[in-house]
Amino acid sequence: MQDLETIDTRFFSAEREADLDVVGTTVPRVDARAHVTGKTQFYEDVSFPGMLHLKMARSTRHHALLKKVDTRPAEKVPGFVRALTHKDVPNNWYTILRLIGVEPNDEPVLPEDRVLFQGEQIVAILAETAEVAGEAASKVKIEYKDLPAVFDVEEALKPGTPAIKPHGKNYFVYEGHHCRRIRFGDVDQAFKEADHVIEHRYQSAPIEHAPTETTGCIVKPEGNGRFTIYSNTQACYFTLDNAALIVGLPFNKLRVIGGTVGGGFGGKVDVTVEPIAIIAAMLTQRPVKYAYSREEEMQVSSPRAAERIYIKDGVMKDGRIIARKVTLYVDAGAYSRHSPYGTTKAAAHMPGPYSIPNVWVDAHCVYTNRTPSSAMRGFGVTIGDFALESQMDRIARMLKMDPIELRMLNAYRDGDMKAHRKKAEGCALVEVMQKAAEMTGRKLPERFKKMSSLKPVGSKGEGI
Amino acid sequence: MPSTVVTLKVNGRAQEFLARPGTTLLDALRESCSLTAAKKGCAQGTCGTCTVLLEGKPVFACLVPVETVAGRSVATLEGLSDGDTLHPLQESFIELFATQCGFCTSGMIMAAKGLLARNPNPSRADVVRAISGNVCRCTGYEAIIDAVLAAAAKMKNATPIRKKAAE
Repeated sequence: MQDLETIDTRFFSAEREADLDVVGTTVPRVDARAHVTGKTQFYEDVSFPGMLHLKMARSTRHHALLKKVDTRPAEKVPGFVRALTHKDVPNNWYTILRLIGVEPNDEPVLPEDRVLFQGEQIVAILAETAEVAGEAASKVKIEYKDLPAVFDVEEALKPGTPAIKPHGKNYFVYEGHHCRRIRFGDVDQAFKEADHVIEHRYQSAPIEHAPTETTGCIVKPEGNGRFTIYSNTQACYFTLDNAALIVGLPFNKLRVIGGTVGGGFGGKVDVTVEPIAIIAAMLTQRPVKYAYSREEEMQVSSPRAAERIYIKDGVMKDGRIIARKVTLYVDAGAYSRHSPYGTTKAAAHMPGPYSIPNVWVDAHCVYTNRTPSSAMRGFGVTIGDFALESQMDRIARMLKMDPIELRMLNAYRDGDMKAHRKKAEGCALVEVMQKAAEMTGRKLPERFKKMSSLKPVGSKGEGI
Repeated sequence: MPSTVVTLKVNGRAQEFLARPGTTLLDALRESCSLTAAKKGCAQGTCGTCTVLLEGKPVFACLVPVETVAGRSVATLEGLSDGDTLHPLQESFIELFATQCGFCTSGMIMAAKGLLARNPNPSRADVVRAISGNVCRCTGYEAIIDAVLAAAAKMKNATPIRKKAAE
């Protein structure tokens, strides 16, 4: 703790209204004692007499019409209680972010005539034990008619590629536009004026959160007509509101007990298990547990979206980046979930923490026949940063420039207008790099040591 | 096949319950004994969240058919503290921020308990090896390793005093 310095409040003048005093002290976690004594109650640590177990019959195809769904073989398994299909879901179509006005409702709780990804849930089986539910689910007979599947974001957007969803095209529509766009200055003119133009392609794979606790919930019908939902959701109100709309109950009939999450990382903000478990509890009037197996967690739960990012930069010999053009594709997978929002974040994050006078961004939220992607720690931003900072290193290498100096030259300063028309405030990138250089024994030239994020009024960036 | 009556000595107390064939030690602890500290993270012996001590040795409870261990002694996290007095491992896990979401904690502490029972002076590498079957997705492990080593040091210093007190 002796290394901590006094915080320079000049950088937070607009934000800091109180003298906060936690930094530099050790504050014990409030939940640690319960964790180390085994007393923390995770959702799965409660159980009720007569509790039913729900398991899903899932799609073995990436994209197919459902020709026939026959639950009779499942019904013969001793211990089978009931099968649920889309016909049992009062309001089958939803999208999580409709709560903040995102549309259309592009995802069915249970699919009606087609499946859009391998592992998509089709029929819910309720049984007396988890083992029986699993066995019965595996016996549901599903006849498919395969449809052409699309797995690549750019292929999905090609004119000849058929739309994979009943409504709309293979992309999310942003206020009438086919992608989220940013237009700032004139990149084409700047590319003409630049000493160098450097363009690269960056790509990531989907990343699974792999929490140690798999997604799940237990729903208990109460005597007063309400339902208590023990859930490990990271977003109790997303769950409560979406579930109420899906099952057609007033919000006050549902009570979510949550907040204790055995690892979330963004992987537990979707609303996938609770609505169907509530419906199961409504129809049977018995407690119902729906817990993902480890395999389901890895295969079916939303990962971080795969992204493909093209970055084209116009660069001057002295290191100034005068134009940045970004074409970015977020693979939403089969359904929207949180990806339309993530793609907006991805666009707003460009061109990174740098003041570049000419910026052009097209950020596409694309549907494919892959597992729907959703939230994960800094989603929409993390992969963009990988691409941006890799690009910065490549520029530095091309110019034979110190990569720290290149970044300091271009780092935004207080008051700079960002490409999406927000003024940069509380900037500290220059200072962070100065400190990092100092701590790692890296010698910076004098003019870089003198740089500051506090931009003198009327100046056009220091050091150049 | 019919269910069988199984007796276990759990945290020093005899527990008797009915077990269907194939019931795991983990399900028996969680469902029949209402001891839910051991977790079911994968049910296939890969995550370690179900680690308990069987005759003092760490095992993955999700892989042990409970009939095969009838009559033997099992220790779970619930039995580690002495009333309100925490075990040094529990203290160190709190003090050194070795818990985050808490889901791996039970298995981690029991794996560490098994290690310290057979090796009271573990090296850092010994600790890493002892928890190598336990997945933690939050901490990055370093705080957990530090906590186990700190607990070992505490127990080493405390042992002679306790012995003296007993004499």
